[in-house]
Amino acid sequence: MNFCLNFVLFLVVLSLMSAVLCAVTKDAFARGVSLALSAVSCAANAVILTYVGGEMKNFTYMMGHYPHPWGNELRLGPTEALLSVAFSLILFLCLLGGHKGLKGRIDPGKEKYFHTMVCLLQAAFLVLVYTNDIFTGYVFIEICTLASCGILMSRQNGRSILASVRYMIFSLIGSGLVTFGIIFLYAVTGHLLFPELKESVAALWAGGQYRMPLLASASLLCIGLAIKSGLFPFHLWMADTYSAAIPAASGILSGIVSKAYVFFLIKIIFNVYGTDMFYASGLQNVLFILGCAGIIVGSVQAIHENNLFRMIAYSSAAQIGYIYMGIGLSPEAGITAAVFQILTHAATKPALFLTSSLLSDTAGGAKKFKNLQGIGYANFFGGFTFSVEAFSMIGLPFTMGFIAKYLFALAAYDSTAVKQLPALLVLAVSTILNTFYFARTVIRIFQNPIRPHTSRPRAGMGMEWSFYAAAALFIVLNLALGILSRPFVDFLGQCLSIF
Amino acid sequence: MFEEFFWNNRIQCVAVVLFAVGFVTLLLHRNLLKKVIGLNIMDTAAYLFLTSLGYISGRTAPIITDGAPAMEKYVNPLPAGLVLTGIVVSVSVTAVMLSLSLRLYRRYHTLNLDDIYQEIHREQEREP
Repeated sequence: MNFCLNFVLFLVVLSLMSAVLCAVTKDAFARGVSLALSAVSCAANAVILTYVGGEMKNFTYMMGHYPHPWGNELRLGPTEALLSVAFSLILFLCLLGGHKGLKGRIDPGKEKYFHTMVCLLQAAFLVLVYTNDIFTGYVFIEICTLASCGILMSRQNGRSILASVRYMIFSLIGSGLVTFGIIFLYAVTGHLLFPELKESVAALWAGGQYRMPLLASASLLCIGLAIKSGLFPFHLWMADTYSAAIPAASGILSGIVSKAYVFFLIKIIFNVYGTDMFYASGLQNVLFILGCAGIIVGSVQAIHENNLFRMIAYSSAAQIGYIYMGIGLSPEAGITAAVFQILTHAATKPALFLTSSLLSDTAGGAKKFKNLQGIGYANFFGGFTFSVEAFSMIGLPFTMGFIAKYLFALAAYDSTAVKQLPALLVLAVSTILNTFYFARTVIRIFQNPIRPHTSRPRAGMGMEWSFYAAAALFIVLNLALGILSRPFVDFLGQCLSIF
Repeated sequence: MFEEFFWNNRIQCVAVVLFAVGFVTLLLHRNLLKKVIGLNIMDTAAYLFLTSLGYISGRTAPIITDGAPAMEKYVNPLPAGLVLTGIVVSVSVTAVMLSLSLRLYRRYHTLNLDDIYQEIHREQEREP
């Protein structure tokens, strides 16, 4: 069973080799390779989760058997394994549900490059989740950025290329800040591996040495990763990016990529700075304020949109705000709520993007609400899936969204008096705003159409079993974790207690 | 006191100023090519900062030629290794940004982001 600890390295190497293979083969074969890779990754990570979750401890995997501080390491803990299972599963479902949507949106013969980028992305998020070395994290952040840009520009129209440019610019600004943060950290500690960094940072902080460079590095890393994950006020790239990408790419970018950056930040907070130093630095208050502002501003911008895809994109900005609000609240309940929100959003938003594309295709490519009225009757399953996922975003009972909001409320209640009231108020107001724009959309797509939808459905996902299977799995996942939340949240709490 | 600090850390100070110049150019300039130049200035500043930290006057690179002299003769090779890795990343990112700029130029015949944005906005208005 101990052998399963090698799986992460195997998966990263396999992903990189699959990327090369996809680039030199035919579209259909590349599609099969990326789909199989995500399935294998999900299964292998599930095995790792079973083992490390059963032992309930963190394992260190030395690369090439060089012990620290000389070698490079991976850290295989239950939280990392859980997140990797979730990300791999979401990637698999995005590819399964969205692969028909690639046709007609990507030029024939070029789909293989999309899958090449997906394989690279898989390697990148696995390393970001498992790495125990901050510079390795930086390198794979950049690989993640390039691969994300690749899947975004695969559509090859003017909008998607401009969206890629904007995404790249924001990402590169974030990367630049992360680089400088890492350099400051290395300059004052002389280490790159997390355990040594944590030890040095704790000693320096306790001794009152290099406090300014330490604070500067923590700020740069927080802001850099916040820009990359789309926290307010750095969320301006989101609407263009998610609405211009192909459905599977929007799902992958919103569900996995932005969450991988946030999780890497949580890893840095816990494993580099330590919660004592981070929560004494005041940075958590900045993240809390930006998170709360992001929730409200993202929701208001979503209300003002008349384009379905842009509305969902702005809703993502609001959902990212929840995660940062949780990080800002407290290192125990707040982080548990934040990690649960990462999983909730990763399981919900890709399904919303996929079903929105299905509904849009059914309406002949329409994206504006007035042209989507009553489209739920033309494609009932699409409308139904959209409704369930929208209810989860609102936070109705029996869905993951409800549990996430409940955990945030608990975290706010346990937090300091200064943050308690603002957090609860923001939760209440954002729930009303979410209800307003998601319920409005659900009502609109099930309203009697002003005129019958006579436009010919655009070639897209159509009546495909693969889409239905993916959508059904998304619904089952959401409802299962919403209904059976207690054991899952308890397990998550245990995982995070040893994180 | 400040003068002494700036003089002792002059290379790092220059690197921070260069980083700020690159950062502002990347963020605020409307011309895509100038943004790419800003990106490269920003990255180079980070590498300058890291290289300056890794260099100790009077020591050499840890390459053994004839026998192994004392460890105090060498500099730590890690910062140079990090800079090399960073340069590879930077080159890749620059290549992607330039290819994207080229595609936009072929389509819209301009490198000004505002003009391109207006053009795309007009396209978007015509969408259903």
